[in-house]
Amino acid sequence: MAKTVDQYFDNLRDTRVWRSIFRSGTGSSTLKRSLAIQQNVFLHLFSTKVRRRMVSFSATWYLGTLTLGTFLILVVTGILLMLYYHPSVPQAYADTKDLQFVVSSGLFLRNLHRWSAHAMVFLVFAHMFKVFYRGAYRPPREFNWVIGVVLLLVTLLLSYTGYLLPWDQLAYWAITVGSNIASAVPVFGDKIHFMLLGGNLVNANALLRFYVLHCMILPLAAIFFIAIHFWRIRKDGGLYALSSEPSTLQKAALAKEAR
Amino acid sequence: MADEKQEMTSEPGGTFDRRQFFVKLGLGSLSIAAAGTAVFAYQFLSPNVLYEPSPIVNAGKPESYPTDSVTLDVNSGIYLIHAKEGFFALGAVCTHLGCLTAWKPELGIIACPCHGSKFAVRNGNQKPGDKIEGPAPKPLPWFRTWLSDDGDLMVDRGTVIRPMEFLRG
Repeated sequence: MAKTVDQYFDNLRDTRVWRSIFRSGTGSSTLKRSLAIQQNVFLHLFSTKVRRRMVSFSATWYLGTLTLGTFLILVVTGILLMLYYHPSVPQAYADTKDLQFVVSSGLFLRNLHRWSAHAMVFLVFAHMFKVFYRGAYRPPREFNWVIGVVLLLVTLLLSYTGYLLPWDQLAYWAITVGSNIASAVPVFGDKIHFMLLGGNLVNANALLRFYVLHCMILPLAAIFFIAIHFWRIRKDGGLYALSSEPSTLQKAALAKEAR
Repeated sequence: MADEKQEMTSEPGGTFDRRQFFVKLGLGSLSIAAAGTAVFAYQFLSPNVLYEPSPIVNAGKPESYPTDSVTLDVNSGIYLIHAKEGFFALGAVCTHLGCLTAWKPELGIIACPCHGSKFAVRNGNQKPGDKIEGPAPKPLPWFRTWLSDDGDLMVDRGTVIRPMEFLRG
């Protein structure tokens, strides 16, 4: 039975239309399988070959992949929520209430967006701790750690800008306090505060600016840096790089020092 | 080293390197364009017209504030205080991170609900608005007050005055 399904799939992969999209063709030789990765615009970011034990759960706990999963959920639910949300002072709070109580599945989508956001922040931190304690930030992967720190900041800014959008008391005062922290920057603090809010108060301009940041600028920045982050895994020697491990001599020296 | 030598010869009077000239011209125009873009972005992101409430507030008739009373106007974020010496207006927005403070009549102080800053109203020898404790870096500001031609109490939230300048009503 399974074989016939495979055969159907092979027949499909031999059709002219399929071959015009995916050039690698049928067959499971190492070459064909590498080509399938290499010739796909999304998969070509990754290595064509990975050690089996590096894709086992214990190696990474899949924390990076899970973070990407929550990000994709956030993109999909976020786009759907945008269909019912107006970023204007008279409507924002009412739209949020409508999403909760009137729109079909609105409550589900909003809660999914909110919980995925919490989960993403948690997973980003867990991912960073795992990388830190495994020493996976060591050369040659220093630059990918830096990209990871940028992605942490983008994640936190996405959470922060999304916080204002329900336009309730919690949102208003959280953004009042948060934007005043920006005023503490020496010399330019007040200018940054003014430009961030588009005024002196958390008001209509601030709501619109945070909406644009939350729905356009920051997600695009996240996608851009995620792409670099994945591509760097391949460039820096894959999920496991022997060169990043301390040598036996170094280990012996460290052990001696510890005693 | 070779580049340095070439630059030496491109001093006035020396041979002029055409490639270096175009490289410098290109980099120069790119930096001017980048500076222009930065100025453009800064100007575009700073609104020129704001639809924000006026800083000048009409607080009504002075008679509506009994002597020894502290009244918070939530919408304008000011305290109107009628002390024995006269009227004055204190900013109600905490100088720490911008939360709206609250008047605690049972304690006789102004307190911020966000991070616990406390300010004096009549607290020993402290002036009204002075910080008692908490993370706030500055005292609450005194705003300019005056009586309009109609006899209304007016407050300008944009003008900070020195403390202890009372308006005799």
